[in-house]
Amino acid sequence: MRNGRSKLAVLAAIPLLAAACSSGGGSDTGTDSEGGELSGTLTGAGASFPDPLFQDWIYTYNDVQPGVEVNYQSVGSGAGVEQFLEETVDFGSSEEPLSEEELQAALDTRGCEAVQFPVVFGSVVVAFDNPDLDGLVLDAEAVAGIFAGRITSFDDPAIADLNPDMDLPDDEIVPVHRSDGSGTTKVFTHYLSTEVDWWAEEFGADKEIQWADGLVGGQQNDGVAQGITQNPGGVGYVNQSFAMEAGLSTASIVNEDGNPIEPTLEATTIASEEAEIPDNFQFTIDNIGGEGYPIAGSNFIFTYTCGYEAATADMITDFWTWAMTDEAADELALELGYAPLGDSLKERVLETIELTNAESGGLPGDPGAAAEGDAGAEDEAAEGDAADDAEATDAEADEE
Amino acid sequence: MSTEAPETPPAREDARRGTLTSSRGRLADPIFKWVVTACGALVLVILALMVLRTVSEAWPVFVKEGFFGFLVGDTWDAGGSRDEITGTYGAWPFIYGTLVTAVIALAIALPLAIMVAVYLTHMAPRRLAKPLSYTVELLAAVPSVIFGLWGLHWFLPNVLRPFFEFLEATLGWFFLFEGPVRGVGYLPAGIVLAIMILPIMTAIIREVVAVQPLEQQMAAYALGSTRWEVVSKVVLPSSFSGIVAATMLGLGRALGETIAVLMLIGGSQSWGASLFGTGSSMASHIAATFGEASPEGRTGLMAIGVALFLVTMIVNILARVIVWRLGQHTGDAAV
Repeated sequence: MRNGRSKLAVLAAIPLLAAACSSGGGSDTGTDSEGGELSGTLTGAGASFPDPLFQDWIYTYNDVQPGVEVNYQSVGSGAGVEQFLEETVDFGSSEEPLSEEELQAALDTRGCEAVQFPVVFGSVVVAFDNPDLDGLVLDAEAVAGIFAGRITSFDDPAIADLNPDMDLPDDEIVPVHRSDGSGTTKVFTHYLSTEVDWWAEEFGADKEIQWADGLVGGQQNDGVAQGITQNPGGVGYVNQSFAMEAGLSTASIVNEDGNPIEPTLEATTIASEEAEIPDNFQFTIDNIGGEGYPIAGSNFIFTYTCGYEAATADMITDFWTWAMTDEAADELALELGYAPLGDSLKERVLETIELTNAESGGLPGDPGAAAEGDAGAEDEAAEGDAADDAEATDAEADEE
Repeated sequence: MSTEAPETPPAREDARRGTLTSSRGRLADPIFKWVVTACGALVLVILALMVLRTVSEAWPVFVKEGFFGFLVGDTWDAGGSRDEITGTYGAWPFIYGTLVTAVIALAIALPLAIMVAVYLTHMAPRRLAKPLSYTVELLAAVPSVIFGLWGLHWFLPNVLRPFFEFLEATLGWFFLFEGPVRGVGYLPAGIVLAIMILPIMTAIIREVVAVQPLEQQMAAYALGSTRWEVVSKVVLPSSFSGIVAATMLGLGRALGETIAVLMLIGGSQSWGASLFGTGSSMASHIAATFGEASPEGRTGLMAIGVALFLVTMIVNILARVIVWRLGQHTGDAAV
């Protein structure tokens, strides 16, 4: 009995140790901040793509605010939006920003605006199992050709021209796609639709599309990885963190400026800064140039500007502010293969986080209608916009 | 004393009668009746609520596509709207995938289950029969996601794929085995389904075969029948109804199985005759896309749910009709 108990104790300690090792400086920062004045339960639901990161964030955040219990359910982006609009969760999460239609629905049910902000970025990589092909250069046209079933072997001129120095096998290409509805598919097909006209016409962009005949579908990232490894010549698309974990070879993608970019986390963060991001954060990451990796997506968090109990609102604000500002949070993201936001974007996100429940405090905020702003947004510009915004809302308040 | 003595027998009689017709006894009967009736009715109520709810949620899709159009349309392009139907919804590829995988599963599992059952009851040495039948039943306790993972990660690349490549090389001219072999597809999903429905079918058939009257078999042996003749002419024909019941249960599971099929069928929205081709089944398509579906997409998925319900019902009715017809021939009208 005693023996059994000590074994149990050891078992219980393992995750703690693992967390202590993986979170690096997490515990330090935890003791620095004024820990533990908040308590309660926070529930969120949505995208499964950031779930591993959110769970680690929640675990580490527990050191900072031991009284706060955050439950995040990875039910999928679509379900996340629905649960947010049905007000069954405190915050929602999705790989797409809320559309005008959804924002209107939120306004109708809650009686006040919903706000959204990105918290992390992730890239979609084109992956294969053949290590000789690591670093194969592809452009949007070639990727589209492969996934439309038009380019059927690696030594096709469309690929060979981009890789003059590579010894390309004449293997038949077997394209592998996600069979489940997925934000990864959305980001990938959105990129192809933006860059390649015939792709947009024939296949379009969605979380699930009608693929060409003869392609292989895989259930989730793992299914795609199996499809790639079990078929010689298998080519699939998976999110960056999964490819890193599974050790798959990846292609470099030619971006808007003609630079072939290897999919690294830095390249993704650069892409997030290259992207034109409006103040209401309704954006997709398109036409990325410079050193940015062009196939990137983001994860959004949704909250309401009114209707929370003060304690809940404090917890939402505190948790996401922590996730945006604490170094440990960024480290966790990088370790798991997610790209943290760039600094300038983080400041804008922090301002938006503060709008949570702002209207309940008698401050009508109107982030949706915020100045159409200079999207390239340096800090000053962003602050300027925010000031305008504040004036605008004051004016509205006066009218009322 | 003398007055009490004669009263004793009636008191005893009362007591005896009391056990049968006490007020509690009289109440228990109707209560039992109502409880049992309520339980029976509950099944119907739940079923009715489910049907009503799914049909009413799916209604807009049926209105747009037409009920028949929905069933035979082969384009599935879910729209992203919140309150209207903008996409195209045709469930045929999924209906086809469901039927094909279920048929493959039954075609493999039924003969196998009969043979296993006969072996366990008639051939296996006693010492082996018990542990073996436990093992078969243990298969039923394995969660389907384990079957899916095992199928995808081990069974498919190591066993099925070489077998498929051999099939394609030898029978590739036949439309069912036309290449290319991609690994996942209808056939691997059907084969793993067969393994999944094997235990329940074996268990039922074994029970039925085991209770066939020994006298008839002895008589057949006495007439000089071989073991094969006894099994094929005496035991199996009179077990017909049990075999049918087992088939129905197996079919039900095969039609509705979700996760294992989802992992192995190769999830595409197209369909084709080749068993090596990839497709999707109704249940697996719902499971795969529900989480990320838009409100409009969910309506479409609900419609698939209605179709699945309908297909299951039709298949069951068809099976019963076939059984009834066959039963008239074999003289064992089942079901």
